[in-house]
Amino acid sequence: MARIDIDSLYKRFGAETVINDVNLSFEEGDFIVLVGPSGCGKSTLLRMIAGLESISAGEIRMDGKRMNELPPRDRDIAMVFQSYALYPHMDVARNMGFSMEIQGRPEEEKRSKIEQAAEVLGLNRLLQRLPRALSGGQRQRVAMGRAIVRDPSAFLFDEPLSNLDAALRVEMRLEIARLHQQLGTTMVYVTHDQVEALTLADRIVVLDGGVVQQVGTPMELYESPANLFVARFIGSPTMNLMDIKVLAQPLGEQAFLSEASQLGIRPEHLTPVDAGEGHLQGRVEVVERLGADSFIYAQVPGAGRLLCRSKGNTSLKPGVPLGLHLDLPHLHGFDEQGQSLRHA
Amino acid sequence: MKTLLAGSRYLAVAAYVLFALFPLYWLLKIAITPEKLIYTQGTALWPSSVTLDNFRSVIFASDFLAYFRNSVTVSLVSAALTTVIAAAAGYAFSRFRFKGKSLVVVLLLITQMFPLLMIIAPIYKIVASLGLLNTLTSLIVVYTAFNIPFATFLMQSFFDGIPRDLDEAAMMDGCTRLQAFRKVILPLTLPGLAATLGFIFTAAWSELLFALMLINSNDSMTFPVGLLTFVSKFSVDWGQMMAAGVLALVPSCLFFVFIQRYLVQGLTAGAVKG
Repeated sequence: MARIDIDSLYKRFGAETVINDVNLSFEEGDFIVLVGPSGCGKSTLLRMIAGLESISAGEIRMDGKRMNELPPRDRDIAMVFQSYALYPHMDVARNMGFSMEIQGRPEEEKRSKIEQAAEVLGLNRLLQRLPRALSGGQRQRVAMGRAIVRDPSAFLFDEPLSNLDAALRVEMRLEIARLHQQLGTTMVYVTHDQVEALTLADRIVVLDGGVVQQVGTPMELYESPANLFVARFIGSPTMNLMDIKVLAQPLGEQAFLSEASQLGIRPEHLTPVDAGEGHLQGRVEVVERLGADSFIYAQVPGAGRLLCRSKGNTSLKPGVPLGLHLDLPHLHGFDEQGQSLRHA
Repeated sequence: MKTLLAGSRYLAVAAYVLFALFPLYWLLKIAITPEKLIYTQGTALWPSSVTLDNFRSVIFASDFLAYFRNSVTVSLVSAALTTVIAAAAGYAFSRFRFKGKSLVVVLLLITQMFPLLMIIAPIYKIVASLGLLNTLTSLIVVYTAFNIPFATFLMQSFFDGIPRDLDEAAMMDGCTRLQAFRKVILPLTLPGLAATLGFIFTAAWSELLFALMLINSNDSMTFPVGLLTFVSKFSVDWGQMMAAGVLALVPSCLFFVFIQRYLVQGLTAGAVKG
C-alpha cells in the first residue's frame, strides 16, 4: 500500500501542455478514478505515475519518496493495460509469473502465487493456454492476475474494461471492486465512462484539458459539481441546463440568482405537475418507460428540451401540456465562467 | 460456375508456377544431359540418356567445394551481422524518439538511391587501401553495409506491428528496456528475423558484381564467381556449370525450409484485444 502525492505536475509535448499544474494526493488504500473525455490527459497522468512517461515539471512521490527519476521497474507498481498487453508467446501461467521470473524467484514460490491468483480470478483451468485461445473477459482476468501476483504497493488501470461488451463490463466492474475490498491496495483507475467512475471510486478526479476540474467522492461530484464541465460530465442522464432568464421570473430572489448566468437541475429533481402549476410550463415531447423509472422529455419555451425522471410509470402522453416543479434546494447556479455558485 | 471459377484460378496459379520453375527445370535437365547430347538434343524436354558425370566432376575435379564453403561463410556471416544490426536499429526507429532520427532515415534512404555500378570503383579503392582485397572479410563488410538500410526498414515494420504496450507491460513487470526487448519483443519478431535473415542470405549468396571485383584469387572466390571459371576462352562447359548451379540451389533451399516455419507463424495473434 502506498500514498501517492502529485505536486505541480506538468507534461509538455513540444508546445502542447497535456498536463497542466496537477496537484493531487491519494491516500493509502484509496480507489481513485481519473475521469474525463478522451484527450483530457488522464492516461498521460497515469503513465507518468507508472514511469512510462517522463515528467516535464513537478514531482510525484510515493510514501514521501520522489519517483520522478525511477524507471517503471523500480516503482513497485503494477499496471493493467487497456489492450491487456499479454505476452502472446507465453501461456497464462508464465504471463502471470513473468515478473517473478525476471526477479529470479524460486519455482515453488512462483507456482503457489500463480495458483493463488488463478484461484481468486477463476483461471485455474486456463493456466496452460496461450492468450490467443482466451476470450476477451479471460484475457482481462489474466491481465489482472499478472498485476495481483506482484503484490504491488499500487495498481494502475488504464481503461481496463473498454474492450469488453456491456454485460461483461458490469461483471468485471464488480470483480475489480471486490478485488479492491479484498486487497485494500491503492488503485488508480482511468476511464472515460462516468458510470464506472461513480460506481468504483472512493474519490474521483475529473480532468479536462489537462487541468483538474474537481476532486471529490462520487456523491460530492454528483451533488455539488464545481463547474459546468463537471455538471455535464457526471451523471446519466445529464443535468438539465438552462439560461437564467427562463427562471428569473418564476423563481424570484434566490440567493445566488443575481450572479448566475446558467441554472442546472438534475432530472430527478424536476417533477411533472399539472399544467398551469409548478415553475415552468411546457409540453410533453417523448416518454421513455424503463420500468423502475420513466423519462419524460418536455419542450419548454426558452429553455429547450428538459428531462424529468420520475419513479415508476406515468400516465403522461406526448403532446400533452404539463407544468414542471423544480426541487429548489437541488438547483445549481453557474456564473459567466461556468463556475458553480454554490460550490465552496 | 463457382467450381469453374475456382478451377480457372488453380489453372492460372499452375501456369504461373510452371513458368517460374521452368528455368530451374532446364538447369537440372542440362546438368544431367551427357555432354555429347547437349547440342544435338538441345531443345528436347528430356535427354535420351542421363548421367551424373557433370556432378561428379564438379564435386571432385573442380574447386567448387571451396567456392561453396566461401559462399556459405560469406552469406551466413553477412546475414547474421546484418540481421543483428538491423534488429537493433529497427527497434530504435520503431520505439524511440531521438534527435537526428529523421536525418538518419534520410541517409539510409539515400544509400539506396545509387546504382551499384556507380560506387563500385570507390568501394574497390577503399577496400584496397584497407588491404582487404581477395579476402572474404571484404565481401562480408560490403554486403553487410549495403543490406543494412533495407533490412533496418524491414525490421522496423515488424517492430511497428508489435504493440508498444508489450514493451511497457514488460517494463512494469520489472524488465529493463533490454530485457523487455530480449524476452518479449524478440521472440515475437522471429518471423521478421527469419525473413530478414533469408533475404540477406540469398542476396549475398547470389551476389556477383562485388565478388567479381574484390576477389581474384581462386582461394577466396565465392560460388557465383566460381561459376565463371566454367567459361573458358574457347568454350563453355554447360553441363558442369549447370550441375554446379543445381548444387548451389541446395543450401538456399535448405535455409528456407529451416526458416519457413517462422515465416508463416502469426505469433502476435492474441497479444492485444481481438
